Amino acid sequence: MSAAEATRLDHGDEAGGLETLRQGLRVSPELARGWWITGLLALTMTAGRIVVPIAVQQTIDKGLSGPGGPDMSFVAWMCLVCFGGVLITAVASYFTTVRLATNSERGLATMRIKAFRHVHDLPVLTQSTERRGALVSRVTSDVDTVSQFLQFGGFIFLVSLGQMLLATVVMFVYSWQLALVVLVCFIPLFASLRFLQARMSAAYGVVRAKVGEMLSAIAEPVVGAQVVRAYAIERRTQQRIDASIEEFRRTSTRAQAITGITFSIGGLAAGLANAGVLTAGVLLGVGGHATLGEILAFMFLVALFSDPVQIATQVLTDAQSAFAGWRRVLGVIATPADVVDPGADGVTQQRGPIMIEFDSVDFAYPEGELVLRDVSVRLEPHRRVAVVGETGSGKTTFAKLLTRLMDPTSGAVLLDGVDAREIAFSSLRERVVMVPQDGYLFDSSLADNVRFGRPEVTDAQLLAAFESLGLTDWLESLPDGLDSPVGQRGESLSAGERQLVALVRANIADPDLLVLDEATSAVDPGTEVRVNAALERLMAGRTSVIIAHRLSTAEAADEILVFDDGRVVERGPHADLVTAGGVYSHLHDSWIAQRSSS
Amino acid sequence: MPLPKVPTKGSVTRRGFAVLRVAIWEEPWVFAFSVLASALYGAMTVADGWALGWSTDHVIRPALERGDTTFGAVASLVSLFLGIAVLRAIGVVGRRVGAGVMQYRLQATYRQRVTRQYLKLPLEWHHKHPTGQLLSNANADVESTWYPIAPLPMAVGVIAMLAFATVAMFAADPWLALVGCLVFPMVFVANVIFQRTLQPLATRAQELRAAVSEVAHESFDGALVVKTLGREAAETERFKTPTFALQDANIAVNRARGAFDPVIEGLPRIGVLLVLLVGVGRVRSGAADAGDVVQVAFLFTLIGFPIRALGWVLGELPRSVVGWDRVQRVLTAEGGMEYGEAKLTSSAAARLDVSAVRFGYLPDRDVLAGVEFTVEPGRTVAVVGPTGSGKSTMTTLLTRLVDPEEGSIEVDGVDLRTLARGELAGSVALVAQTAFLFDDTIRGNITLGGDYADEEVWDALRIAQGDGFVKSLPHGLDTKVGERGTTLSGGQRQRIALARALVRRPRLLILDDATSAVDPQVEARILAGLRTAVQGSEAATTVLVIAYRKATISLADEVLFLDEGRIADHGSHLELQERSAAYRELVDAYEKDAARREEEAELAAELNDLDSEGASA
Repeated sequence: MSAAEATRLDHGDEAGGLETLRQGLRVSPELARGWWITGLLALTMTAGRIVVPIAVQQTIDKGLSGPGGPDMSFVAWMCLVCFGGVLITAVASYFTTVRLATNSERGLATMRIKAFRHVHDLPVLTQSTERRGALVSRVTSDVDTVSQFLQFGGFIFLVSLGQMLLATVVMFVYSWQLALVVLVCFIPLFASLRFLQARMSAAYGVVRAKVGEMLSAIAEPVVGAQVVRAYAIERRTQQRIDASIEEFRRTSTRAQAITGITFSIGGLAAGLANAGVLTAGVLLGVGGHATLGEILAFMFLVALFSDPVQIATQVLTDAQSAFAGWRRVLGVIATPADVVDPGADGVTQQRGPIMIEFDSVDFAYPEGELVLRDVSVRLEPHRRVAVVGETGSGKTTFAKLLTRLMDPTSGAVLLDGVDAREIAFSSLRERVVMVPQDGYLFDSSLADNVRFGRPEVTDAQLLAAFESLGLTDWLESLPDGLDSPVGQRGESLSAGERQLVALVRANIADPDLLVLDEATSAVDPGTEVRVNAALERLMAGRTSVIIAHRLSTAEAADEILVFDDGRVVERGPHADLVTAGGVYSHLHDSWIAQRSSS
Repeated sequence: MPLPKVPTKGSVTRRGFAVLRVAIWEEPWVFAFSVLASALYGAMTVADGWALGWSTDHVIRPALERGDTTFGAVASLVSLFLGIAVLRAIGVVGRRVGAGVMQYRLQATYRQRVTRQYLKLPLEWHHKHPTGQLLSNANADVESTWYPIAPLPMAVGVIAMLAFATVAMFAADPWLALVGCLVFPMVFVANVIFQRTLQPLATRAQELRAAVSEVAHESFDGALVVKTLGREAAETERFKTPTFALQDANIAVNRARGAFDPVIEGLPRIGVLLVLLVGVGRVRSGAADAGDVVQVAFLFTLIGFPIRALGWVLGELPRSVVGWDRVQRVLTAEGGMEYGEAKLTSSAAARLDVSAVRFGYLPDRDVLAGVEFTVEPGRTVAVVGPTGSGKSTMTTLLTRLVDPEEGSIEVDGVDLRTLARGELAGSVALVAQTAFLFDDTIRGNITLGGDYADEEVWDALRIAQGDGFVKSLPHGLDTKVGERGTTLSGGQRQRIALARALVRRPRLLILDDATSAVDPQVEARILAGLRTAVQGSEAATTVLVIAYRKATISLADEVLFLDEGRIADHGSHLELQERSAAYRELVDAYEKDAARREEEAELAAELNDLDSEGASA
């Protein structure tokens, strides 16, 4: 993750465990739904685990050494009661598991959806393609980590905690002296737990880093297959791969060894406690302070006590990565959206001819220099405006402000006199539609892609839309017509055909203002002619703003806005500007020069 | 002993056991060690139960009955339990470490085998397999193949434990032992059923995780379209479908776990109650002591958990078999380039002869056919042609990444197929359109481990117009690029890739649209620099460039016009412009495309500025 992303996204990163929990519950209230019922059920299910030690104690003390020898009916009754206890435990256990899973899964689904929705409002999504991968993992693997922890680690943690508490209570009821002996025997384990857990986390942290290195080394002969062969560096590549695989093996084995030692220590503590209990028990029993049944019951209780302690180290390690994932997701949700939908408070505008006004607009990226400076222009309805300028002059920024993909740093963009920030998205996106250079297609049918903006449109209307752009013959040339699959990212179509789809899509959306980032493609001159014709028909009768890359486009416009260094330096029709001796005539000259350079 | 064969047909369990046999065959000593350690652990677990029974009868009860005990009795108690605990701990550590060593060694061995195969198999094979699949073959599939190895020693230890326990129980009392013989198989069977129920549910959840990820990827990639058409809410609805399905699948997994867990945990508890019941009867009839009852009951408590290891191994077998099959598909793939003995000895610019070359990726669909041309040493040739005309394929043939089906390609009159391995790379360098950079420093990416002085690296960078930005990087040539290093723009990456080729002073340089992401002005400087470098140095270079910009084309001495896999025309740019309408149309289209590319470069530069601004903030 780059430093830039850290400053722009992960707000929740410093939050502590409790704060994360609080934020998490706010985002996913389902997590806490009926928590006391789940808690009671969990308590019931742990209670069942105490049944066995008690039964042993009762059998030994009352059943076997009853006044008239072994008392069969007492033991039979007791076993029946305990059997009932085990059954209740099983039922309670089932419902606890299901309730926990249901609540946590529902809560996480809510969080996943909230995060997904919010990501679409974040400016980084459209501004920085490289960070999309990170955003995808916020709504996928990060949530999965939390889910897996809550279902396994969290569940075990809850049960273990109850089990230990109950075992402690029962121990103190039987004999406070023996209970103390057990606790003392476990002190070294408790003391070393934090240390061992820290070692384990550190070891697994190293493993995670090594996995990353190994994966990128393994990718070299696959992704870079051509380079590796063309430069005959197979041996060097194999050495790098082998080294990274070996590093991963070494560090994983080491982490596994630390885990093994941690787990064995729990067993050692249990052994120590067993020896301690028996010794102290014999000494106490000799004085009449403990019965045989009680002493033996302790052996069973110690087992209940030691298992959770051993598991706890593992759970704590899992918990760390789960909380880190949770914080990252919550961080995304907490990141303020730059462009906010006023929603129900927003103005809903009448459809119809649209007038746009930029009122002293400045724009700068966060902590960057001004990209637009004091831009004030007014675009009348039904005009075709071309925006031209050199690389970095600010024309793309102009289009993004026009479509409210971004908001001005100062000043305002007005639509029919209303500040764009006050117009409800539902109204704004209906009136203003942008056709980006690369009309992204979804892996679905042609029809689905074309009606992406308005799913309610019928097939007949779709056909009419193709017709009105003069694309019926193209549509008929496709094997499955409207049902033709376009493939991932539209790869089954050529670049030019993807532009056609984007134009029909815009035609279906039928906006009052059409903003076009002119796309030209050299791949197929035949399609290019089609694109131009369709574009012409699409713009007819509409207010349109085109970011022009071609001289011919600028020439055909009613009006040209010339950008230079973030300002509008000239405006007017081509005929006026070309002879004015300003920036536009200069641009025009170099176009002409380029064209005739052959 | 030969490598055990894994049958390609048959039940999953049978095939799974065959994979386990392979694992044991690969690592017999580690396996033996961990099984021994695990058996020690199993024996000591049973010994724990036995010790409790023994001390109940021989130390505790006598002491309580007599109201007195001896130091010796207590000391023997303590040493018995501590001794068993220490031996058991040793067994646990040995078992876990052994299992870890075995599992990770197997993973490493198979990853190395798979990646060796990737390096050996020809490029055609790579083209037939999606990148994602190959990456997961080397990583996730290898991992899942050896998943059952982690619990395997424990499972074998559990079998030993059960054997010891049966002996100990029968020694204590046959009737109590019978209860054990009833309960333990039931736990085992419940486990197997559980794992078999869980497996498809877990697989379904895994598939849905992929589905969620797919929608997220697609939706975020198409963010601009989503945003400009105001479809955020609709996209969220679309995302909800797999999200809720995943939610339900995860709940279903837990429902299964919730149903089986209490059964698997409860059976030993019910067993203990049965033991107590039967035990009281046996004690009353004088056939058993209290110690026997306690011992068997305690054994039930101790064995209840480890017995699950058998279920873990069996449960992982289906996944293991799937992983094994996928890995085997790579390992058994055939093919590879044959090399000859010939060497290229000249140090002057190379001569290239292509005669009657035919090539196609699919049968009956030639990408190139009847291609024939010669490039004289030191000439610069531009290859021009519409998309799909076979230009890139030609570069792969010239660098012998693939062999032609018919015809021959010769450098300095030597057929490429007769050259010794690695020989061609010493003379010919290819720079592809997408610059692949290794997760390494800039220097490492240019030298690729070759022995080049820094001066040579800087020289190469200078010609590639990359010295400026490399100098401005915090660590210069030692800056890490790629995943965990500096993010470079497309143009910067291409310049590093170009320097990688130039530092080798190739006698034939092939550029496949290698400067597409570079500003036209910078590209012009690169080409000019290339020309002076080429003409100025004693070891001149022949250059073949696939070009999309008029400026590039006009720099070439001659132009090859490729159309539909054939050479449509060959001559100077002016000549072709004169006589070929198709050529004129194409170059015109290129010009328009150049404008688009410029705009893309502008956007990229804007984003890049944004990145660096953010990073420095």
